[in-house]
Amino acid sequence: MSFQLPPLPYDYQVLEPFVDKETMNLHHTKHHQAYVNNLNGATKDSDIVAICQNIKNYPVAVRNNGGGHYNHSLFWKWMAPVGSSNVAPTGTLKEKIEATFGSVDEMKKKFTDAALTRFGSGWAWLGVKKDGSLAISSTANQDNPLMAGVADVEMIPILGLDVWEHAYYLKYQNRRGEYIQQWWNVVNWDEVVKYYDNFASKNNPVPINQ
Amino acid sequence: MFANIARVLAQSSKKCLPLVRSKHSLPDLPYDFNALEPVISAEIMQVHHQKHHATYVNNLNVAEEKLFEAKQRGSVSDQIALTSALKFNGGGHINHSIFWTILCKDGTSEPEGELAEAIKRDFGSYQRMVDLLVATSTGIQGSGWGWLGYNKQLNRLDIVACANQDPLQATTGLHPLFGIDVWEHAYYLQYKNARPDYVKSIFKIANWRKVEELFGKARHD
Repeated sequence: MSFQLPPLPYDYQVLEPFVDKETMNLHHTKHHQAYVNNLNGATKDSDIVAICQNIKNYPVAVRNNGGGHYNHSLFWKWMAPVGSSNVAPTGTLKEKIEATFGSVDEMKKKFTDAALTRFGSGWAWLGVKKDGSLAISSTANQDNPLMAGVADVEMIPILGLDVWEHAYYLKYQNRRGEYIQQWWNVVNWDEVVKYYDNFASKNNPVPINQ
Repeated sequence: MFANIARVLAQSSKKCLPLVRSKHSLPDLPYDFNALEPVISAEIMQVHHQKHHATYVNNLNVAEEKLFEAKQRGSVSDQIALTSALKFNGGGHINHSIFWTILCKDGTSEPEGELAEAIKRDFGSYQRMVDLLVATSTGIQGSGWGWLGYNKQLNRLDIVACANQDPLQATTGLHPLFGIDVWEHAYYLQYKNARPDYVKSIFKIANWRKVEELFGKARHD
Protein backbone atom coordinates (compact mmCIF):
# COMPACT_ATOMS: atom_id res chain seq x y z
CA MET A 1 0.00 0.00 0.00
CA SER A 2 1.67 3.21 -1.05
CA PHE A 3 1.57 6.50 0.80
CA GLN A 4 -1.23 8.93 0.02
CA LEU A 5 -1.61 12.67 0.34
CA PRO A 6 -4.01 13.14 3.25
CA PRO A 7 -6.89 15.56 2.59
CA LEU A 8 -6.82 18.85 4.49
CA PRO A 9 -9.30 18.90 7.40
CA TYR A 10 -10.58 22.28 6.10
CA ASP A 11 -10.69 24.48 2.99
CA TYR A 12 -7.60 26.33 1.80
CA GLN A 13 -8.82 29.76 2.85
CA VAL A 14 -9.92 29.04 6.43
CA LEU A 15 -6.63 30.00 8.08
CA GLU A 16 -6.75 33.49 6.56
CA PRO A 17 -5.50 36.06 7.27
CA PHE A 18 -2.76 34.26 9.23
CA VAL A 19 -1.82 31.67 6.63
CA ASP A 20 -2.98 32.63 3.16
CA LYS A 21 -5.11 30.51 0.85
CA GLU A 22 -2.58 30.39 -1.99
CA THR A 23 0.17 29.15 0.33
CA MET A 24 -2.10 26.46 1.81
CA ASN A 25 -3.03 25.31 -1.68
CA LEU A 26 0.54 25.17 -3.01
CA HIS A 27 1.90 23.77 0.21
CA HIS A 28 -0.61 20.90 0.23
CA THR A 29 -1.16 20.12 -3.47
CA LYS A 30 2.41 20.69 -4.68
CA HIS A 31 4.97 20.44 -1.89
CA HIS A 32 3.37 17.73 0.25
CA GLN A 33 2.19 15.84 -2.85
CA ALA A 34 5.79 15.82 -4.15
CA TYR A 35 7.07 14.35 -0.87
CA VAL A 36 4.43 11.60 -1.13
CA ASN A 37 5.26 10.82 -4.77
CA ASN A 38 9.01 10.80 -4.16
CA LEU A 39 8.62 8.71 -1.01
CA ASN A 40 6.66 6.09 -2.92
CA GLY A 41 9.44 6.02 -5.46
CA ALA A 42 12.11 5.63 -2.79
CA THR A 43 10.80 2.83 -0.55
CA LYS A 44 8.30 0.01 -0.44
CA ASP A 45 8.06 0.13 3.38
CA SER A 46 4.77 1.50 4.68
CA ASP A 47 5.16 2.34 8.37
CA ILE A 48 6.16 5.99 8.31
CA VAL A 49 6.82 6.20 12.05
CA ALA A 50 9.12 3.18 11.94
CA ILE A 51 10.86 4.65 8.90
CA CYS A 52 11.53 7.91 10.78
CA GLN A 53 12.76 6.09 13.88
CA ASN A 54 15.13 3.97 11.78
CA ILE A 55 16.06 6.64 9.29
CA LYS A 56 19.75 5.76 9.39
CA ASN A 57 18.92 2.55 7.54
CA TYR A 58 17.38 4.41 4.63
CA PRO A 59 18.79 6.41 1.72
CA VAL A 60 18.69 10.20 1.81
CA ALA A 61 15.66 10.32 -0.51
CA VAL A 62 13.63 8.56 2.18
CA ARG A 63 14.94 10.89 4.89
CA ASN A 64 13.91 13.97 2.90
CA ASN A 65 10.59 12.74 1.57
CA GLY A 66 9.59 10.45 4.44
CA GLY A 67 10.31 13.27 6.87
CA GLY A 68 8.41 15.65 4.61
CA HIS A 69 5.38 13.37 4.48
CA TYR A 70 5.25 12.75 8.24
CA ASN A 71 5.87 16.38 9.17
CA HIS A 72 3.28 17.82 6.81
CA SER A 73 0.64 15.18 7.60
CA LEU A 74 0.63 16.41 11.18
CA PHE A 75 1.18 20.07 10.25
CA TRP A 76 -2.26 20.32 8.64
CA LYS A 77 -3.79 18.96 11.84
CA TRP A 78 -1.77 21.24 14.08
CA MET A 79 -3.67 24.14 12.56
CA ALA A 80 -7.38 24.98 12.63
CA PRO A 81 -9.53 28.00 11.80
CA VAL A 82 -9.86 30.57 14.57
CA GLY A 83 -12.73 29.71 16.89
CA SER A 84 -12.73 25.97 16.25
CA SER A 85 -10.33 25.04 19.05
CA ASN A 86 -9.25 26.22 22.47
CA VAL A 87 -6.83 29.13 22.18
CA ALA A 88 -4.41 27.59 24.68
CA PRO A 89 -3.38 24.16 25.94
CA THR A 90 -5.59 22.60 28.61
CA GLY A 91 -5.44 19.82 31.19
CA THR A 92 -2.30 17.86 31.93
CA LEU A 93 -0.37 19.34 29.02
CA LYS A 94 -1.04 22.85 30.30
CA GLU A 95 0.27 21.88 33.75
CA LYS A 96 3.28 20.20 32.22
CA ILE A 97 4.07 23.28 30.11
CA GLU A 98 3.79 25.55 33.12
CA ALA A 99 5.96 23.26 35.23
CA THR A 100 8.63 23.05 32.51
CA PHE A 101 8.71 26.57 31.07
CA GLY A 102 7.02 28.70 33.75
CA SER A 103 4.05 29.59 31.59
CA VAL A 104 2.48 28.95 28.20
CA ASP A 105 3.80 32.34 27.05
CA GLU A 106 7.34 31.40 28.05
CA MET A 107 7.00 28.14 26.12
CA LYS A 108 5.81 30.09 23.07
CA LYS A 109 8.79 32.45 23.37
CA LYS A 110 11.23 29.55 23.41
CA PHE A 111 9.46 27.85 20.51
CA THR A 112 9.44 31.10 18.55
CA ASP A 113 13.15 31.51 19.20
CA ALA A 114 13.86 27.98 17.95
CA ALA A 115 11.85 28.74 14.81
CA LEU A 116 13.65 32.06 14.24
CA THR A 117 17.15 30.75 14.77
CA ARG A 118 16.84 27.72 12.49
CA PHE A 119 19.03 28.96 9.60
CA GLY A 120 17.85 27.85 6.18
CA SER A 121 15.03 25.33 5.89
CA GLY A 122 13.63 23.33 8.78
CA TRP A 123 11.08 22.94 11.52
CA ALA A 124 10.60 23.99 15.15
CA TRP A 125 9.22 21.42 17.59
CA LEU A 126 7.58 20.96 20.97
CA GLY A 127 7.89 17.35 22.05
CA VAL A 128 8.09 14.77 24.80
CA LYS A 129 11.40 13.07 25.56
CA LYS A 130 11.87 9.48 26.64
CA ASP A 131 11.94 10.52 30.29
CA GLY A 132 8.55 12.18 29.89
CA SER A 133 9.86 15.74 30.01
CA LEU A 134 8.83 18.42 27.52
CA ALA A 135 11.44 20.02 25.27
CA ILE A 136 11.72 22.47 22.38
CA SER A 137 14.10 22.05 19.46
CA SER A 138 14.52 22.66 15.75
CA THR A 139 15.69 20.43 12.92
CA ALA A 140 17.04 21.10 9.44
CA ASN A 141 15.23 20.43 6.19
CA GLN A 142 12.66 17.62 6.64
CA ASP A 143 14.32 15.98 9.62
CA ASN A 144 12.14 15.47 12.70
CA PRO A 145 12.82 14.54 16.35
CA LEU A 146 11.75 10.91 15.81
CA MET A 147 14.87 10.41 13.69
CA ALA A 148 17.25 8.67 16.07
CA GLY A 149 20.87 9.54 15.46
CA VAL A 150 19.93 12.50 13.28
CA ALA A 151 17.97 14.91 15.46
CA ASP A 152 19.92 16.81 18.13
CA VAL A 153 17.05 16.26 20.55
CA GLU A 154 15.21 12.98 20.17
CA MET A 155 11.62 13.24 21.26
CA ILE A 156 8.02 12.62 20.21
CA PRO A 157 6.79 15.81 18.50
CA ILE A 158 3.36 17.05 19.58
CA LEU A 159 3.56 20.44 17.82
CA GLY A 160 5.62 21.52 14.85
CA LEU A 161 6.06 24.63 12.71
CA ASP A 162 7.33 24.59 9.14
CA VAL A 163 9.90 27.38 8.61
CA TRP A 164 10.86 26.48 5.05
CA GLU A 165 10.40 29.69 3.06
CA HIS A 166 7.62 28.07 1.00
CA ALA A 167 5.53 27.95 4.18
CA TYR A 168 5.34 31.73 4.44
CA TYR A 169 7.05 33.56 1.58
CA LEU A 170 4.04 34.54 -0.56
CA LYS A 171 2.49 36.50 2.31
CA TYR A 172 5.42 37.35 4.59
CA GLN A 173 8.48 37.32 2.29
CA ASN A 174 11.57 37.58 4.51
CA ARG A 175 9.52 38.41 7.65
CA ARG A 176 9.69 35.02 9.28
CA GLY A 177 9.17 36.54 12.72
CA GLU A 178 5.83 37.97 11.66
CA TYR A 179 4.75 34.61 10.20
CA ILE A 180 5.56 32.82 13.46
CA GLN A 181 3.72 35.44 15.51
CA GLN A 182 0.61 35.16 13.33
CA TRP A 183 0.76 31.36 13.19
CA TRP A 184 0.09 31.08 16.94
CA ASN A 185 -3.45 32.31 16.13
CA VAL A 186 -4.26 29.13 14.23
CA VAL A 187 -2.62 26.49 16.42
CA ASN A 188 -5.10 23.68 17.10
CA TRP A 189 -4.45 23.25 20.81
CA ASP A 190 -7.16 20.60 21.19
CA GLU A 191 -5.28 18.41 18.73
CA VAL A 192 -1.96 19.07 20.45
CA VAL A 193 -3.50 18.12 23.82
CA LYS A 194 -4.92 14.96 22.23
CA TYR A 195 -1.49 14.03 20.87
CA TYR A 196 0.03 14.49 24.31
CA ASP A 197 -2.71 12.62 26.22
CA ASN A 198 -3.19 9.72 23.81
CA PHE A 199 0.29 9.21 22.43
CA ALA A 200 3.32 11.16 23.61
CA SER A 201 2.66 10.87 27.35
CA LYS A 202 2.58 7.08 26.81
CA ASN A 203 5.88 7.22 24.94
CA ASN A 204 4.20 6.54 21.60
CA PRO A 205 4.84 8.62 18.49
CA VAL A 206 1.80 10.29 16.97
CA PRO A 207 0.56 8.23 14.00
CA ILE A 208 -0.42 10.11 10.87
CA ASN A 209 -3.75 8.40 10.30
CA GLN A 210 -6.00 8.59 13.30
CA MET B 1 43.01 60.58 8.48
CA PHE B 2 40.57 58.90 10.81
CA ALA B 3 41.87 55.49 9.88
CA ASN B 4 45.35 56.58 10.99
CA ILE B 5 44.05 57.89 14.31
CA ALA B 6 42.23 54.63 14.80
CA ARG B 7 45.37 52.63 14.08
CA VAL B 8 47.46 54.66 16.51
CA LEU B 9 44.89 54.34 19.25
CA ALA B 10 44.55 50.62 18.65
CA GLN B 11 48.28 50.12 18.84
CA SER B 12 48.73 52.29 21.91
CA SER B 13 46.49 50.28 24.14
CA LYS B 14 45.02 46.83 23.83
CA LYS B 15 42.08 47.91 25.96
CA CYS B 16 41.27 50.89 23.78
CA LEU B 17 38.83 50.11 20.97
CA PRO B 18 39.62 51.84 17.67
CA LEU B 19 37.33 54.71 16.78
CA VAL B 20 36.69 53.36 13.32
CA ARG B 21 36.46 49.76 12.20
CA SER B 22 35.48 49.03 8.66
CA LYS B 23 32.02 47.60 8.27
CA HIS B 24 30.61 45.68 5.37
CA SER B 25 28.04 47.42 3.25
CA LEU B 26 25.38 46.27 0.83
CA PRO B 27 26.81 46.54 -2.70
CA ASP B 28 24.58 48.27 -5.25
CA LEU B 29 23.01 46.13 -7.92
CA PRO B 30 24.73 46.73 -11.27
CA TYR B 31 21.27 47.23 -12.85
CA ASP B 32 17.69 48.21 -11.99
CA PHE B 33 15.41 45.79 -10.15
CA ASN B 34 13.50 45.05 -13.36
CA ALA B 35 16.57 44.43 -15.53
CA LEU B 36 16.41 40.64 -15.25
CA GLU B 37 12.74 40.35 -16.20
CA PRO B 38 11.08 38.15 -17.28
CA VAL B 39 13.49 35.57 -15.88
CA ILE B 40 13.61 37.08 -12.39
CA SER B 41 10.89 39.54 -11.45
CA ALA B 42 11.57 43.05 -10.17
CA GLU B 43 9.72 42.19 -6.98
CA ILE B 44 12.05 39.29 -6.24
CA MET B 45 15.15 41.36 -7.05
CA GLN B 46 14.04 44.11 -4.71
CA VAL B 47 13.25 41.86 -1.74
CA HIS B 48 16.26 39.65 -2.39
CA HIS B 49 18.68 42.58 -2.48
CA GLN B 50 17.11 45.06 -0.04
CA LYS B 51 15.94 42.57 2.58
CA HIS B 52 17.79 39.26 2.39
CA HIS B 53 21.24 40.46 1.32
CA ALA B 54 20.96 43.57 3.51
CA THR B 55 20.17 41.36 6.51
CA TYR B 56 23.24 39.20 5.90
CA VAL B 57 25.36 42.37 5.76
CA ASN B 58 23.89 43.77 8.98
CA ASN B 59 24.17 40.50 10.85
CA LEU B 60 27.72 39.97 9.59
CA ASN B 61 28.68 43.36 11.00
CA VAL B 62 27.08 42.45 14.33
CA ALA B 63 28.87 39.09 14.43
CA GLU B 64 32.24 40.64 13.59
CA GLU B 65 31.74 43.27 16.28
CA LYS B 66 31.03 40.54 18.82
CA LEU B 67 34.05 38.60 17.56
CA PHE B 68 36.27 41.61 18.07
CA GLU B 69 34.92 42.14 21.58
CA ALA B 70 35.38 38.46 22.45
CA LYS B 71 38.98 38.66 21.28
CA GLN B 72 39.51 41.82 23.33
CA ARG B 73 38.21 39.94 26.37
CA GLY B 74 40.47 37.04 25.54
CA SER B 75 37.55 34.61 25.32
CA VAL B 76 38.31 31.86 22.84
CA SER B 77 35.07 30.14 23.76
CA ASP B 78 32.97 33.17 22.84
CA GLN B 79 34.85 33.54 19.56
CA ILE B 80 34.11 29.94 18.68
CA ALA B 81 30.44 30.39 19.58
CA LEU B 82 30.23 32.99 16.81
CA THR B 83 31.37 30.69 14.00
CA SER B 84 27.83 29.80 12.90
CA ALA B 85 26.77 33.43 12.69
CA LEU B 86 29.91 34.28 10.71
CA LYS B 87 29.38 31.41 8.30
CA PHE B 88 25.69 32.11 7.76
CA ASN B 89 25.95 35.84 7.33
CA GLY B 90 29.45 36.08 5.90
CA GLY B 91 28.62 33.33 3.45
CA GLY B 92 25.36 35.06 2.58
CA HIS B 93 27.21 38.31 1.90
CA ILE B 94 29.91 36.64 -0.20
CA ASN B 95 27.48 34.56 -2.21
CA HIS B 96 25.02 37.32 -3.02
CA SER B 97 27.76 39.82 -3.84
CA ILE B 98 28.97 37.40 -6.52
CA PHE B 99 25.44 36.50 -7.65
CA TRP B 100 24.39 40.01 -8.68
CA THR B 101 27.47 40.37 -10.89
CA ILE B 102 27.13 37.09 -12.79
CA LEU B 103 23.66 37.97 -14.01
CA CYS B 104 22.81 40.70 -16.51
CA LYS B 105 19.95 41.97 -18.63
CA ASP B 106 19.23 39.55 -21.49
CA GLY B 107 22.37 37.53 -20.68
CA THR B 108 25.38 37.25 -22.97
CA SER B 109 26.51 34.86 -25.65
CA GLU B 110 27.79 31.53 -24.37
CA PRO B 111 31.20 31.34 -22.65
CA GLU B 112 34.18 32.18 -24.82
CA GLY B 113 37.96 31.97 -24.70
CA GLU B 114 39.78 30.11 -21.95
CA LEU B 115 36.58 29.40 -20.03
CA ALA B 116 34.88 27.87 -23.07
CA GLU B 117 37.89 25.64 -23.65
CA ALA B 118 37.94 24.55 -20.01
CA ILE B 119 34.21 23.76 -20.09
CA LYS B 120 34.64 21.66 -23.23
CA ARG B 121 37.64 19.88 -21.71
CA ASP B 122 36.04 19.16 -18.32
CA PHE B 123 32.40 18.52 -19.28
CA GLY B 124 32.44 17.65 -22.97
CA SER B 125 30.34 20.61 -23.99
CA TYR B 126 28.65 23.74 -22.67
CA GLN B 127 25.26 22.00 -22.76
CA ARG B 128 26.52 19.08 -20.69
CA MET B 129 27.91 21.53 -18.13
CA VAL B 130 24.54 23.29 -18.00
CA ASP B 131 22.68 19.98 -17.62
CA LEU B 132 24.89 18.99 -14.70
CA LEU B 133 24.61 22.36 -12.99
CA VAL B 134 20.82 22.31 -13.45
CA ALA B 135 20.56 18.81 -11.98
CA THR B 136 22.87 19.66 -9.08
CA SER B 137 21.06 22.90 -8.23
CA THR B 138 17.58 21.44 -8.62
CA GLY B 139 18.46 18.46 -6.45
CA ILE B 140 19.58 20.43 -3.40
CA GLN B 141 17.43 19.54 -0.39
CA GLY B 142 16.26 22.59 1.47
CA SER B 143 18.30 25.76 0.97
CA GLY B 144 21.63 26.15 -0.80
CA TRP B 145 23.56 27.06 -3.94
CA GLY B 146 24.69 25.17 -7.03
CA TRP B 147 28.14 26.24 -8.21
CA LEU B 148 30.41 26.02 -11.20
CA GLY B 149 33.81 26.38 -9.55
CA TYR B 150 37.50 26.15 -10.39
CA ASN B 151 39.92 23.78 -8.73
CA LYS B 152 43.24 25.58 -9.00
CA GLN B 153 45.32 22.67 -7.70
CA LEU B 154 44.03 20.32 -10.39
CA ASN B 155 43.36 23.03 -13.00
CA ARG B 156 39.87 21.68 -13.45
CA LEU B 157 36.32 22.99 -13.40
CA ASP B 158 33.89 21.30 -11.07
CA ILE B 159 30.20 21.49 -10.18
CA VAL B 160 29.14 21.15 -6.56
CA ALA B 161 26.27 22.00 -4.24
CA CYS B 162 26.68 23.95 -1.02
CA ALA B 163 24.12 23.92 1.78
CA ASN B 164 22.55 27.05 3.21
CA GLN B 165 24.98 29.98 2.78
CA ASP B 166 28.17 27.91 3.06
CA PRO B 167 30.62 29.85 0.89
CA LEU B 168 32.16 27.79 -1.91
CA GLN B 169 35.83 28.65 -1.49
CA ALA B 170 35.98 28.39 2.29
CA THR B 171 34.02 25.14 2.23
CA THR B 172 35.53 23.31 -0.76
CA GLY B 173 38.57 25.29 -1.89
CA LEU B 174 36.97 25.85 -5.31
CA HIS B 175 37.03 29.37 -6.73
CA PRO B 176 33.44 30.48 -7.38
CA LEU B 177 32.61 31.21 -11.02
CA PHE B 178 28.85 30.86 -11.58
CA GLY B 179 26.41 30.18 -8.77
CA ILE B 180 22.66 29.61 -8.63
CA ASP B 181 20.81 30.58 -5.45
CA VAL B 182 18.15 27.92 -4.87
CA TRP B 183 16.87 29.18 -1.53
CA GLU B 184 13.12 29.47 -2.07
CA HIS B 185 13.35 33.24 -1.55
CA ALA B 186 15.30 33.44 -4.82
CA TYR B 187 12.34 32.29 -6.92
CA TYR B 188 9.18 31.52 -4.96
CA LEU B 189 7.18 34.69 -5.59
CA GLN B 190 7.40 34.04 -9.32
CA TYR B 191 8.00 30.33 -9.86
CA LYS B 192 6.34 28.94 -6.69
CA ASN B 193 7.44 25.31 -6.25
CA ALA B 194 8.76 25.04 -9.84
CA ARG B 195 12.44 25.31 -8.97
CA PRO B 196 13.54 23.46 -12.18
CA ASP B 197 11.91 26.16 -14.35
CA TYR B 198 13.80 28.92 -12.51
CA VAL B 199 17.12 27.08 -12.64
CA LYS B 200 16.83 26.33 -16.36
CA SER B 201 15.79 29.91 -17.14
CA ILE B 202 18.68 31.51 -15.29
CA PHE B 203 21.05 30.70 -18.13
CA LYS B 204 19.15 33.26 -20.25
CA ILE B 205 20.51 36.01 -18.00
CA ALA B 206 23.99 34.62 -17.32
CA ASN B 207 26.76 37.19 -17.62
CA TRP B 208 29.46 34.95 -19.06
CA ARG B 209 31.78 37.93 -19.59
CA LYS B 210 31.93 38.38 -15.83
CA VAL B 211 32.39 34.64 -15.29
CA GLU B 212 35.27 34.65 -17.80
CA GLU B 213 36.82 37.49 -15.79
CA LEU B 214 36.45 35.52 -12.53
CA PHE B 215 37.99 32.48 -14.19
CA GLY B 216 40.90 34.52 -15.51
CA LYS B 217 41.57 35.96 -12.05
CA ALA B 218 41.37 32.53 -10.40
CA ARG B 219 43.72 30.99 -12.96
CA HIS B 220 46.34 33.70 -13.13
CA ASP B 221 46.41 35.41 -9.73
